[in-house]
Amino acid sequence: MNVEQISIFIENKSGRLAEITKVLGDAGVNIRALSLADTSDFGILRLIVNDRETAKQVLKERGFTVSKTEVVAVEVPDRPGGLSQILQALDRDQINVEYMYAFVERCGENAVIIFRFDETAKAISTLTKNGFTVLEGARLYAM
Amino acid sequence: MSYYNEEFETLPRQALEALQLKRLQATVARVCASVPFYRQSFDRAGITPDSVKSLADLQRLPFTLKQDMRDSYPYGLFAAPMEEIVRIHASSGTTGKPTVVGYTRKDIDTWSELMARSFAAAGVHRGDIIHNSYGYGLFTGGLGAHYGAEKLGASVIPMSGGNTKKQIMIMKDFGSTVLTCTPSYSLFMAEAAREEGVDFRQLKLHVGIFGAEPWSEAMRGEIEEKLNLCAIDIYGLSEIMGPGVAIECREAKKGLHIWEDHFIPEIIDPETGAVLPEGKLGELVITTITKEGIPLIRYRTRDITSLTYEPCACGRTHARLTRMTGRSDDMLIIRGVNVFPSQIESILMGIEGVEPHYVLIVDRKDNLDSLEVQVEVDERLFSDEIKVLQSLSQRIEKEIKDILGISCRVRLVEPQTITRSEGKAKRVIDNRKSS
Ligand SMILES: [Zn+2]
Repeated sequence: MNVEQISIFIENKSGRLAEITKVLGDAGVNIRALSLADTSDFGILRLIVNDRETAKQVLKERGFTVSKTEVVAVEVPDRPGGLSQILQALDRDQINVEYMYAFVERCGENAVIIFRFDETAKAISTLTKNGFTVLEGARLYAM
Repeated sequence: MSYYNEEFETLPRQALEALQLKRLQATVARVCASVPFYRQSFDRAGITPDSVKSLADLQRLPFTLKQDMRDSYPYGLFAAPMEEIVRIHASSGTTGKPTVVGYTRKDIDTWSELMARSFAAAGVHRGDIIHNSYGYGLFTGGLGAHYGAEKLGASVIPMSGGNTKKQIMIMKDFGSTVLTCTPSYSLFMAEAAREEGVDFRQLKLHVGIFGAEPWSEAMRGEIEEKLNLCAIDIYGLSEIMGPGVAIECREAKKGLHIWEDHFIPEIIDPETGAVLPEGKLGELVITTITKEGIPLIRYRTRDITSLTYEPCACGRTHARLTRMTGRSDDMLIIRGVNVFPSQIESILMGIEGVEPHYVLIVDRKDNLDSLEVQVEVDERLFSDEIKVLQSLSQRIEKEIKDILGISCRVRLVEPQTITRSEGKAKRVIDNRKSS
């Protein structure tokens, strides 16, 4: 059920994001979703890509620090309060969301949100129990 | 427990200090009588041979610098006529002329004994086969270890450095039990052996005696793991004698015993020259008290360490030096506090248990010194969560504040941002000098 995200450490200086997207583009890697969290000094770029191994390899060759992280992709019902229902369900089971961000493409009618939990397995069981659709990694990468 | 010279190695402090005073007085008299450099520098300081009434008077004597040895090139500081000198060594100066040292027959005997004591402290016995990969030649390493090994009665293989394939073959075929070389060469050999299909862990080596370059506790762990032996730190410098000035004992492996019946150690503030109390980190200063060829008074080694007189598990009464953690030339003064890059390195290692790449950037803003510590974030330090990385840098800032008493700013940077020249990282950028 889990989705593999690659996380990249970047310093806050101009041109770093452009370099990463160029390196990935040149290697034929497609970015499916992305989020950048930053502080005044540094940032963490989180990506869902179609080809994780190639992405990791080309970025490492360029000297970037890269790690893999397990995240969860959830379909958000296309109606008002859709995301809020997901968060409420997680909150009831006291599951912390470390961070979350939106997927670039839609899955049919629905938007997709990527979640990073501290307890991934428990989170997935809460989500499925409450009737939300958790997407397989393979499906996302190929989307 | 095995000593080479039990009586002197375990001499009670009082007797040891009485012996030191007697020998110091004789050395001061000797250099006053036979070395013009010392006669002049003592004159300027108002010192006569009978000025030294107690060990505390040592502090009144002027220092000897490496530059003084260069200025006296080649034989100016010799205190014995050439008829009595039986050996000459020289240290490789990276720039200019080397520093030259001469040994009388008695000096060679003393050196051999101190090296034999060092081997014994490391757990080496008669019957051991010592594979000596320190370089033979002008450098003191090879011959120093060689004479000590013979004095102890162990079997020594005079390998010298280089020709790694042959080293590995001999080590394997001859059944070497003790390895003496630089710590980095030991790891190089282990790697080369692996490529040759020889497993270092299957060799008979039980101890390695490593010195002649600074190394860390982390490197000790790596060597002990890869070579399957007990790694012992040895210290020496040609100006003072060569290898065997100080060594860790196998029992405690906590600090290097300096042979105090032949050398008097002091720790000074490299900036002011003031003698620092026990336990404080500073520059090691050594006075030789039995040497005839080239006795040195308060020689500034430029090595950074601290000194303890606490009793040791091994029973030796001689003071211990902590592992050498850099050179006094690297010292920074930040807001009046002496800071050695190695102190920050060990704080970083203590936090993550890894040797990180870092650089210290010192600046002056509004007449106030500022310190920024840049730490490269590699895969071991990296997290995909901002708060984890932020708490890492806050922890480093707090530790540095707690241990060194200075506030700094930690900045996490991408790998390879810190300039490396010839494989060695530049540790300090001091922008105050240019402004
Ligand atoms: Zn000891």
